[in-house]
Amino acid sequence: MPSIDLIANVVIAGLLTGLVYGLMALGLSVIFGVVRVVNFAHGEMMTIAMYCAVVLFGAFKLDPFLAVLPVAAVFFGFGYAMQAGLINPFITRPEHSQFMLLVAVAIIMVNVLLMIFGPSALNVQVDYQLESYEFGPILFDKARVLAAGMALATSAGLFAFFKYTNTGKAIRACADNNLGAKVVGLNVKHLYALTFGLGSACVAVAGCMMILLVDVVPTLGPGYTLLAFVIVIIGGLGSMPGALFGGILIGVSEAMAGLFFAPSAKSMFGFALLILVLLFRPQGLLGRKP
Amino acid sequence: MSERHGFTRRQFNAALAASGTLAALSPFGIARAQATKLKVGVLLPRSGFQGFIGQSCQKGADLAPGVIKDLLGVDIELMNADTETNVDTARTRAERLIQEGAHVLVGPFDSGAASAIAQVAEQRGVPFVINIAAAPPITEQGYKFVFRNFPTAPDLVRNGLSLMGDLFRATNTAPRTAVFMHVNDTFGQAMFKGISATLPNLTNLPFKVVETISYDPAAKDLTVEVSKAKATNADFLMLVCRLNDSIILRREMIKQRWNPMGIISPGSPGMYEEQFAKVLGKHADYCISNAPWFNPKMNLTKVVDAAFRKQNPKEQFVFHGTNVAYTFESILIAADAFKRARTTDPKTLADAIRQTNITDRVGLGGPIKFNAKGQVEGNLSACAQNLNGRPTVVLPLSAAEAKPVFPMPSYKA
Repeated sequence: MPSIDLIANVVIAGLLTGLVYGLMALGLSVIFGVVRVVNFAHGEMMTIAMYCAVVLFGAFKLDPFLAVLPVAAVFFGFGYAMQAGLINPFITRPEHSQFMLLVAVAIIMVNVLLMIFGPSALNVQVDYQLESYEFGPILFDKARVLAAGMALATSAGLFAFFKYTNTGKAIRACADNNLGAKVVGLNVKHLYALTFGLGSACVAVAGCMMILLVDVVPTLGPGYTLLAFVIVIIGGLGSMPGALFGGILIGVSEAMAGLFFAPSAKSMFGFALLILVLLFRPQGLLGRKP
Repeated sequence: MSERHGFTRRQFNAALAASGTLAALSPFGIARAQATKLKVGVLLPRSGFQGFIGQSCQKGADLAPGVIKDLLGVDIELMNADTETNVDTARTRAERLIQEGAHVLVGPFDSGAASAIAQVAEQRGVPFVINIAAAPPITEQGYKFVFRNFPTAPDLVRNGLSLMGDLFRATNTAPRTAVFMHVNDTFGQAMFKGISATLPNLTNLPFKVVETISYDPAAKDLTVEVSKAKATNADFLMLVCRLNDSIILRREMIKQRWNPMGIISPGSPGMYEEQFAKVLGKHADYCISNAPWFNPKMNLTKVVDAAFRKQNPKEQFVFHGTNVAYTFESILIAADAFKRARTTDPKTLADAIRQTNITDRVGLGGPIKFNAKGQVEGNLSACAQNLNGRPTVVLPLSAAEAKPVFPMPSYKA
């Protein structure tokens, strides 16, 4: 039986990683919750954000925490343009058309990254990356703590935006009743594009944080797209708190599975959890029944 | 009568008959006897998580045609293929290289990929010379076209553990416990089996393995694995790794402030690679790899080193030595056989490879001679410790460039 200290250390590491996972999945959940389009290029967009952080660090020694602002701003614009120019015409088309469109976008992104950066792993090397906070026998990985803090702050900002601003309320109105929103004169397509922009900005923040924890290669995207799906399905597709909760659940369950079973079987437990949720609560743990 | 130019009817008929004969005989390889160039299909993981090592091996392949032309007078044409660190891709790339006319296949720095390519080579009857892959079954299948100039996992383990004993004696240390961490791919499993079978019989080694932890070589996070290993309070970490995972693991050890007496690989890549030193800086120092190595005293090593520096002026041979040595030698073996066989006929070429006896070589060990299974015996390892940012041979004493440092200084020191 592992010691309490070991269990505590592993749970904390899982929790912190889970928060960053949650932030990544939050973008996917926000976009689906409003636009009702599943972004199959989600992981690939995060990979691009990771490369942006690497480039900014390489060129200007810009810490990934500071890189969050320019990268998120660029991604907001990119997301807005992508929704307005590419996805909006597909909103009323069958789901398989949307699926094919976004899978194609994802493949193009991976190949463009391969052409620009090659297949080798890249990373940033900041001073605090190898440091940790020590509280008795418990260690908190500094980069993870900062990344988790950023995830919480971004999520809080997003929740506040949707709850307290007029634009946020308008977006929620679109999500709740698309026809009603049109009737009262809301510019639904503009709001959809804003939402996609916000979701993309979330992914950008997650990417800038993730580069502190993981080296980036162009083929990283599909794995994270899948992970984001698992998280939002467990938490509830379209539910923002569900995405964060799902991320934490996956992070902690993988860590515990690695500790109590075989470390190489970690991801198996995430998928087992997914199957259980699909069987017994298909709308997700915090999702609403359709 | 005017002078006639071009083909006469008789010349045309003779040419037609000759080309017909040539076409009829070519399936039997008779027409190929006149080949002047050897087409070598080089299969390496130049992308994916083994990409850095694959690219390092590729440097050995790239310098081979020039060096071999000077050495043997043989013309080599390389046909490069990227296995993408994927067994299925390795298989399909091997098929394609054969279709495109490769006379010999070499590569692929991975036991899983080597097993897949070996099946293709055997089915298609094309010689395959393995540069780096240690899983024993590859040369235990009775294949006629598969050859390996690299130690098997049990040989690696035997050499690696023997050097471990030498290290403890040389530093007057006697660690009592070790935690064994290994990748769970084909190579890692073969090494695990080799260590499990060999270690209990070695009474001269002072330590016991208190826990074994396997992990995915493509893992992006090894927090849990390192936490578990640290919790064992083992004296040192015995590690069978690849490159990327070894970097992640070392970083995680520093984050978790785990200071064992040392990190010793009994025969795996990773910690002696350039990328390991580049990414980790001073934290790469003192890690030990008991791995197959190059022999700096051989004439051919000096020639290859010079060619390497010419092609890669910004890089140091020592970081690529093992990858370059064994990849170069695999092409050298094929070229040497081609020179003796004077044909690209696969069966004759395979028979010639079987008769190989190369004494001036780059790798550390005896001459390159294949046994009945197609395996070279007598390849040796060296104990290479990272010191001042580069792998440095510390054992065997006959080849040592510096004294070993064990236990390693802690991070805080």
